[in-house]
Amino acid sequence: MQRHQYDVVIVGAGGAGMRAALESSKRTRTAVLTKLYPTRSHTGAAQGGMCAALANVEEDNWEWHTFDTVKGGDFLVDQDAAEVMCREAVDAVLDLEKMGLPFNRTAEGKIDQRFFGGHTRNHGEAVVRRSCFAADRTGHMILQTLYQQCIKQNVEFFNEFYVLDLLMVGGRATGVVAYELATGELHIFSAKSIVFASGGFGKVFRTTSNAHTLTGDGMGIVWRKGLPLEDMEFFQFHPTGLAGLGVLLSEAARGEGGILRNKDNERFMERYAPTVKDLAPRDMVARAMANEVREGRGCGPDGAYVMLDLTHLEPAHIDAKLPDITEFARTYLGVEPYTEQIPVFPTAHYAMGGIPTNIKGEALANNQDVIPGLYAAGEVACVSVHGANRLGTNSLLDINVFGRRAGIAAAEYAETASFEELPDQPETFVVDLIEGMRNATGDERVAAIRSDLQATMDLNAQVYRTEGSLKQALTDIEALKLRFANVAVQDKGKRFNTDLLEAVELGFLIDLAEVLVVSALARKESRGGHFREDYDKRDDVNFMRHTMAYRSIDAEGNVNIRLDYKPVVQTRYKPMERKY
Amino acid sequence: MDVKVKILRYNPEVVDEAEWKTYSVTLQPTDRVLDALHKIKWEQDGTLTFRRSCGHGVCGSDAMRINGRNRLACKTLIKDLNPEKEITVEPIKGLPVLKDLVVDMEPFFDAYRSVMPFLVTSGHEPTRERIQSQADRDRFDDTTKCILCAACTTSCPVFWSDGQYFGPQAIVGAHRFIFDSRDEGTEQRLEILNDKEGVWRCRTTFNCTEACPRGIEVTKAIQEVKRALIFRRV
Ligand SMILES: Cc1cc2nc3c(=O)[nH]c(=O)nc-3n(C[C@H](O)[C@H](O)[C@H](O)COP(=O)(O)OP(=O)(O)OC[C@H]3O[C@@H](n4cnc5c(N)ncnc54)[C@H](O)[C@@H]3O)c2cc1C
Ligand code: SF4
Ligand code: FES
Repeated sequence: MQRHQYDVVIVGAGGAGMRAALESSKRTRTAVLTKLYPTRSHTGAAQGGMCAALANVEEDNWEWHTFDTVKGGDFLVDQDAAEVMCREAVDAVLDLEKMGLPFNRTAEGKIDQRFFGGHTRNHGEAVVRRSCFAADRTGHMILQTLYQQCIKQNVEFFNEFYVLDLLMVGGRATGVVAYELATGELHIFSAKSIVFASGGFGKVFRTTSNAHTLTGDGMGIVWRKGLPLEDMEFFQFHPTGLAGLGVLLSEAARGEGGILRNKDNERFMERYAPTVKDLAPRDMVARAMANEVREGRGCGPDGAYVMLDLTHLEPAHIDAKLPDITEFARTYLGVEPYTEQIPVFPTAHYAMGGIPTNIKGEALANNQDVIPGLYAAGEVACVSVHGANRLGTNSLLDINVFGRRAGIAAAEYAETASFEELPDQPETFVVDLIEGMRNATGDERVAAIRSDLQATMDLNAQVYRTEGSLKQALTDIEALKLRFANVAVQDKGKRFNTDLLEAVELGFLIDLAEVLVVSALARKESRGGHFREDYDKRDDVNFMRHTMAYRSIDAEGNVNIRLDYKPVVQTRYKPMERKY
Repeated sequence: MDVKVKILRYNPEVVDEAEWKTYSVTLQPTDRVLDALHKIKWEQDGTLTFRRSCGHGVCGSDAMRINGRNRLACKTLIKDLNPEKEITVEPIKGLPVLKDLVVDMEPFFDAYRSVMPFLVTSGHEPTRERIQSQADRDRFDDTTKCILCAACTTSCPVFWSDGQYFGPQAIVGAHRFIFDSRDEGTEQRLEILNDKEGVWRCRTTFNCTEACPRGIEVTKAIQEVKRALIFRRV
């Protein structure tokens, strides 16, 4: 076992982690621990763009952006946080350009901007061009550019290190325990500040745009410490996943003029959102699509999907603006988007919930108290700027704005704080976890349990939910927990034991699925990404509040989930009906 | 359909030499090689080890030699591989194998890092964005697509035989900045590439271009860098 000491430890090297690292490593000694090579992080999969009211192509301002963010989030957004994000968006984009990001350009050579769902001028009057982009690989360019800057700045990375536990002493975060994939060795990192930037947990669902590695480790680790997770019931289903696969086709396809059609070739979004049509927020479009399929207007042999139509766009335009996603359609479905419509269906995409933080990126122990030394940013965190439904392009923005803020706050805290003595044998929990799994002799396979978990989540906790479906999911998860206790891995070795780590990751997924479902059961209303058929209206009287879930252990030693609630911060905007 | 997948296995904890193992898997023609590997790992042999993350060709984790050609496992469909015959899968060549299909990527990333793959500027930062015409932006568009998968570098015969050569990817990485009108580090970068292990080693065999899963014209990028070196202007 090796021991290390750094002022700041950052967990994760996606957009949020590297943006934090650029700030923190300028100020203080920083290590970035990441289970993937930085450039493998899923930020690189983001396609469409990053919004900022640059007003490069038409009139725009950050206040309109804030309004759209709040309304898009179905008024569950903390408005102070949204203001910060939308105001700092302009500099966040300009910073990236100065770092070298190759944005597409306007005729005058400025950063070009395009339409994106839910982004409007003057509080919903009409759609506005606000999304800054680099073809349909904006996330790839952000990830590459941030990594390049990290090289320039000599940021210290520990690649293929899996953080599996957070060390706390007297309520303060003091270090992490990491497992080195190459050797199987454990490493103890003592730190004054720890920033979680470990991404989302889309793998609780089967049909997802998320990477195999997005298993919610950061949320799971914090959860097991008895710290809260906020708004976990709000998961975004992106309308246009490749049917049957979940691979994402960016909303940019519709921003550039793509149209959704049912089996009668009807542009059905005209019925659901007369003003913005195909560019309505994602939750609405996803539900509309699922509804078309349920009501028998789906396409294909089983009527199981709808069509994304790009055939009226010029091939040259498609090649310039949407080259990657049209290639996905060719590679994976054998469909030629120039001439054929593309089969699509909603895919699990983005976790609005996560580790609660304030606008400095400080993690919260409850509704108001910060946890000294602990920070979170990016998809793992819940600030909450996305409320009940994230607008497209606002996550790439979030990771840059709050990654930066968390990096600064973590470094500033480290400059004044001292190192804390670590507990005796800080590795005990991880050793028990790892060795328990390595030596287990049960007969359950990781893949089988994960597959059953994903099946019940897709069936029971997706775009449409009811009390009955959620209770079914909970029953299934209970059974899966028992099976998981009996799980055995086949690889008993030390080197690159990905078999073992898949088992550890599955443990996180099961925990998080349960939190999601329990939070969803209690929210007896429909808001944003959370739609309850048995309570199909938003209920501001009872539910205009954030869910705060805690893991608690009762007198008999049983683990329970306790729910509490936190008020929503409202500044300028009063809740109104969300019509588009 | 039933497909035979023959994989070059190596685990130094257990054996000294790599050995071929053949697995039978039931697959759809539209499944990817990554699906086949997952099925083997998840249902037959948990010790089979490979890297992967995104699953759709954008993260660069899973370059491997499939039927003798470098490709991404997640972007290669079974039906395109003549699946009536055995499909062979082995690690990419020229980097030390650590376990099964996992190779040591450090030498590869070292080469990338050595070409100053970041924007170099001097003077005051502008308050707004730097202006760049779309035409100037287009000059290096192709090389911005690189996902650092190493398929090109590990298909290059010069790289195999000469452990010092930067390899095509590093030149692609340098090209992306050399031809960026905003960059001022070209002189230094060209000097690095002018080194004896640099760009002149390339013998234009086009393996790299054929291997690139992002469709980058790697050989063309290398030629452009060579030309920039000869004429000292981009
Ligand atoms: C296909 C797709 C397209 C998208 N398009 C857009 C878009 O156009 N616009 C937009 O705004 N948003 C988009 N999003 C959303 C956005 O890309 C993500 O929410 C965002 O990139 C998340 O960034 P992150 O830094 O929080 O996490 P990630 O980029 O996922 O990085 C997570 C990091 O954590 C590390 N990690 C995880 N667990 C551990 C552990 N246990 N130990 C150590 N390290 C760990 C990983 O190695 C990785 O480096 C898209 C998402 C997807 C899936
Ligand atoms: S140039 Fe192509 S083959 Fe080479 S590393 Fe980049 S993406 Fe991979
Ligand atoms: S898994 Fe990401 S490129 Fe293949």
